[in-house]
Formats: sequence, C-alpha cells, structure tokens
Amino acid sequence: MKRSYVIKKVLQALLTIAAILIFNYFLFRIMPGDPLQSVMRNPKATPEAVERLKALYGLNDPWYLQFWIYIKHLFQGDLGMSFLYKKPVYEVIGTRLLPTILMVGLAEVLAIISGIIMGIMAAVRRGKSVDVASLSFSLITYAMPTFWLGIILVSIFSVSLHLLPTTGLLTPGQTYSSTFAMLADGIRHLILPTLTMSLVLIGEYALLMRNTLIDVLTEDYITTAYAKGFKEDYVIKKHAVPNATLPMITIIAMNLGLVIGGAIQVETIFSWPGIGRLMYDALTARDYPLLQGIFLMITVCVIIANLLADLTYGYLDPRVKQ
Amino acid sequence: MELLEVRNLKTYFKTQKGMVKAVDDVSCSLSYGKVLGLVGESGCGKTTTALSIANLLPPEGRIVGGEVLLEGEDLMGLSAGKLRKKRWKEVSIVFQGAMNALNPVMKVGLQIAEVLMLHDKLTYEQAMIRTKELFKLVEIDEERVNQYPHEFSGGMKQRAMIAMALACNPKIIIGDEPTTALDVMVQAQILNLLEKLKNEINMGLILITHDLSVLGEICDDVAVMYAGKIVEKGKVEDIFENHQHPYTYKLMNAFPNIYGERKLSDSIPGNPPNLLEPPSGCRFHPRCEFADERCKTKEPMLAEVGHRHFAACHYGGVFK
Ligand SMILES: Nc1ncnc2c1ncn2[C@@H]1O[C@H](COP(=O)(O)OP(=O)(O)O)[C@@H](O)[C@H]1O
Ligand SMILES: [Mg+2]
Repeated sequence: MKRSYVIKKVLQALLTIAAILIFNYFLFRIMPGDPLQSVMRNPKATPEAVERLKALYGLNDPWYLQFWIYIKHLFQGDLGMSFLYKKPVYEVIGTRLLPTILMVGLAEVLAIISGIIMGIMAAVRRGKSVDVASLSFSLITYAMPTFWLGIILVSIFSVSLHLLPTTGLLTPGQTYSSTFAMLADGIRHLILPTLTMSLVLIGEYALLMRNTLIDVLTEDYITTAYAKGFKEDYVIKKHAVPNATLPMITIIAMNLGLVIGGAIQVETIFSWPGIGRLMYDALTARDYPLLQGIFLMITVCVIIANLLADLTYGYLDPRVKQ
Repeated sequence: MELLEVRNLKTYFKTQKGMVKAVDDVSCSLSYGKVLGLVGESGCGKTTTALSIANLLPPEGRIVGGEVLLEGEDLMGLSAGKLRKKRWKEVSIVFQGAMNALNPVMKVGLQIAEVLMLHDKLTYEQAMIRTKELFKLVEIDEERVNQYPHEFSGGMKQRAMIAMALACNPKIIIGDEPTTALDVMVQAQILNLLEKLKNEINMGLILITHDLSVLGEICDDVAVMYAGKIVEKGKVEDIFENHQHPYTYKLMNAFPNIYGERKLSDSIPGNPPNLLEPPSGCRFHPRCEFADERCKTKEPMLAEVGHRHFAACHYGGVFK
C-alpha cells in the first residue's frame, strides 16, 4: 500500500472527527430543554440559586468561550460530569464499554462469517432450493424489527424451553464455585443478545454477498478459470470470492452506525449493561454530558471503522494502491 | 485424422422469451498447424461455438446436438473430470477482448503459474520459472510476473493471455476476437506473434473475428457465420476471391482495405436477425437483394461449390 494513500485516509478521518466535534457540540445547544432544569428538579428554586448555578456551569459565558473550554477539557480526557450518575462521563462510559464490545463484536463476527457462507452457497446454487431458503431467511430477518425478534427469542428459549436467562450479564446474587462457573454463566447470558444482534445483521450480509458473487461469476476471468480446467470449488474460492468480498468490507464499516442503533434495542430488551442501554438511560434522564460523550465516542468509532475499512480495502485490492 | 472436428453442433440458450438458437447445425474442422478463421457479425454465434467446444456454457446454455471430436475423441462423451483434464492442456481459449479475462486481484504471473501447477504438476517455483520464460516469449518484461492486471497496458494483457494460453503447449488455441479493442499497431504485433508461435509448435488455431483484415493476414481456412449457421466455408483465397454466398459478397465489399478495422455490422444494411425466431427459408433473405420466393420458404443446405469450398445459397455463385 502506498504511504500517500494511508496518509490521505488518516487526514480525512481526522478532519471528519474535527467536524464531528463542532457539530456534536452545537447539536446539544440547539436541542430542546434547558440543562439546568434537569439538574435542579426543585421547582421552588430561587432565581438567585439558578443564577449561581448558571455561573457555576459557565452558562453565562459567550458561546465561543464555552466551546473553547469544551475542546480544552476534551483533550484532557474530561467529558464532564454525568448528571445522572454524578461521576465523570468517561468513567461511566468506561464501565459500559466492554459488555457492548463483547456482544456486538461477537455478533458481527458471527453475522459476517455466516452471511458470507450463506451468500456463497446461494450464489453458487442460484435459483435452487438453497438459494430460495437463504433468500427467504435473509429477507425475513432483515425486515424484522429488532425488539420484536428479541422478544420472540426470549419467549422461545427462556419462557418455553427454560434454556437461557433473559437479563443482565450474570445471574444476580449467584456465588460461583470457580471462575469457570462464572464464565459459563456469562456465556449463557451472552447467547440471546448476541443471537438477536447477529440475526439482524446476517440477512444484509448474505444478500450482499450473494448479489456481488452472482455478478462476479459472469465475469470473463471466471469463465477463463473454468476453461483452465479448475474445479468449481477452486474457482469459487480462489477467483470469485476474493473479488466478491471487497464490497463487503465497505458495507460492514458503514453498517457500524446502524449496529449501534440495534444495540440500543437489544441491550434494552436484555438489560445488557452496555453503551446502548446507557444511551437509552441518558436520553430518558436528559443527561446531556453523558449523551454528548456517548455520541462522540460512537461517531469516532464509526470514523475509525471506516478508516480501517479503507485501509483493508487498500491492502486487499491492488488497484487502490495506485 | 483431423485435429478438431465439429459436427452438426447445436447450442441453444433458454431465455424467458424462448429458445435462442445461437448455434444451429454448425460443422467445421481444423488441421494441425493451420488457422481457421470464424467470421460474422456480432451475435451470430461465434463465441457460443467456442464455448461449446470446451463445454463452458453458462447454466442457461445447452448443447442439444452434434459432436466435438478432438483427435477423434468425442469431448461431449467425457466425464466432467476427464474433460477438465483436457481443458487448457489440449484446448486453451483467449476470451473476447481479453481485457477482463485476467482476475484483477491476482498477480498475473500466478494466474499463469496456477495452470502449470494444475496440469503439468509443477511446484510453485518451477511454475514461476516457466511463467517467466513464457513472458519472455511474448515479449513482456519478466519482472512483471508479480504485477497485477491493472499495471499492464491493453496490449500487454493480451500478450499475457497468449502466454497463458501457450503455457501447457496445447494442441489448439481458440482466440475469440483477441485483437479487438487494440490499436492497429499492437494488433499487428499480436497477430505476428500468434503466427510465429503457431508455426513453431504446430498447433491449430481458431481465430474468431469480425475484422476481415485479420482473416486475410493469417488464416488458411475461413468459415463465415450468419445467424447461428455457417453460410460459406473454404480456403481463404476462395472466400476472398471466389465467394459464392451473397452474405460473403457483402462482407467483402464492405471491407475497405487490409489496414481498415471497420466493423461488419456497420457496413451491411439491415439488422442481424433475432435468433429467437429466425427468418424462414434462408436466414439471410430479408437482407438479400437477390432473394426470391424460393429463398423465403426453402432453407438452402451447404453444398460443395468447389474443392473444399462450400456455400449455402440456392443460387450459389450465379447471383452476381
Ligand atoms: N447467456 C446467454 N443467454 C441467452 N442468450 C445468449 C447468451 N449468450 C449469447 N446469447 C445469444 O446467442 C447469440 C450468439 O451470441 P454470441 O455467441 O455471443 O455471438 P458472437 O460471439 O458471434 O457475437 C446472440 O443472439 C446472443 O444474444
Ligand atoms: Mg463474441
């Protein structure tokens, strides 16, 4: 990969992050609702007390000064105090990060692998029953609302079959005989949210893989590969799939924003103590600093994912290196 | 024994609108060390004929009749595994334009080496050594084996495809318009190269083209196709100077000079027929100024009009 390509992409990402910072800051200024109201629930507060608080939070300062202070603090890692938790925002986010990364990461990996495999099988046996089955599955799961899918899974696996727990990271109040037992309990809790999340994603990946592969299979270099005497397995694996997976990388990265949206629903249904659930709580409590912190973190994550996608693409597709 | 004989080949495509009779009763043959030119307007079934020979049709295409004999052995009777062993080892094909015949995300050298590893059971290192020799043969810098197709010019891609076609010393190379989309200079280079190589290794060459200058330059025999059928075939001199079919006559008169690259379809009035419902009688009759009632109702058969010279016209030769 060319150095200039990498530099260009990194600069683009940094520029986008800067734009996001500005946007993110002003978005919260124009949102309805007064931040003071949510701090001071007491309707009988005197005007003097309100003034004091305003001064304390710097709300009387001109906007550019406020913005400057915001940026300065941001670079010091200070995202402000959460109204709701009365703790620094980065600390609140920090404790919620791992469960989300674990759940979403696992769901993504699962969805990518099974989506690609399903897409390949469907494209290779185009029009046959495998294709019809995988198409129907993809369209149905793709169209299903996330929360509804989650509730269906809960009613099957927890309510009817009593196989899996429905809420939280671990069973509350449980004492474990070993770390292994704790891990096993964690995994049991992880299954349903991860399954819901990946079912939401598989359909799109499978459809995309199928359609791209079908296009690739009509290319001259595929006919040439068959003309060379290779077996179908080899042609698919060595010639068709590498060409068809390229567009997947872009879609997976672009999807990450949507995935966070899905995570809010999944984490809310399963009381999963992650970022999505936190965002929902922050929103209902009008916890502006926390919301702002979460928004910022998510957008930066999406930008970084896109950067990684660009770099991977550049690595896998020789044409990009030029 | 002939190197290749195609007998009464019929290949149809199943489409939503019906059967497309892309190749309808085509017979032709090729001898060792000879070049057979297959010529005709776009859509007359040339590529389909080539694909049928190695049975490489897409799922909607089917060979519904005929035989393809390679040194006397019927390729269509072979099992899938046996046929795969013959592909490229005995018959290699350079596809139309060849611009997209190279996999864009695989190094060009590897695309040649992989076929040597498959058929000649070479190791990767041996295959790369042979690939470099092949690059030298087609006059590409051997350093380029590790480059990707987009780093090659059009002419270089074409030559790389020829190197690939030669890799296993096949008995037959089929070139499907191997020089279209190239400028005249590069075109001439590639044709010279093909001719030189053909003489050196005594293989047969089928050259599909709609550019007549290519035909005159290197072919021994020519078969003229129209609407899925061969309407005239014979030695190149006969086709050029003593043609017996009005379509061939039109082709030759549409043909400006040896360096021209005029497309045939631009130069003959009327459109090539729809192969879903080909015209009755002689398929060329709607565009033939000599056609009469008989041409509209009765299909003319290929008949011998001279030594190894056949034409399918009720008025063979006398129409002029
Ligand atoms: N995959 C296909 N499905 C349906 N029809 C096809 C297919 N491939 C070719 N044909 C039809 O077969 C006829 C011959 O095509 P082709 O062999 O590509 O002609 P040529 O190579 O002489 O230009 C055309 O009418 C074309 O539309
Ligand atoms: Mg063609």
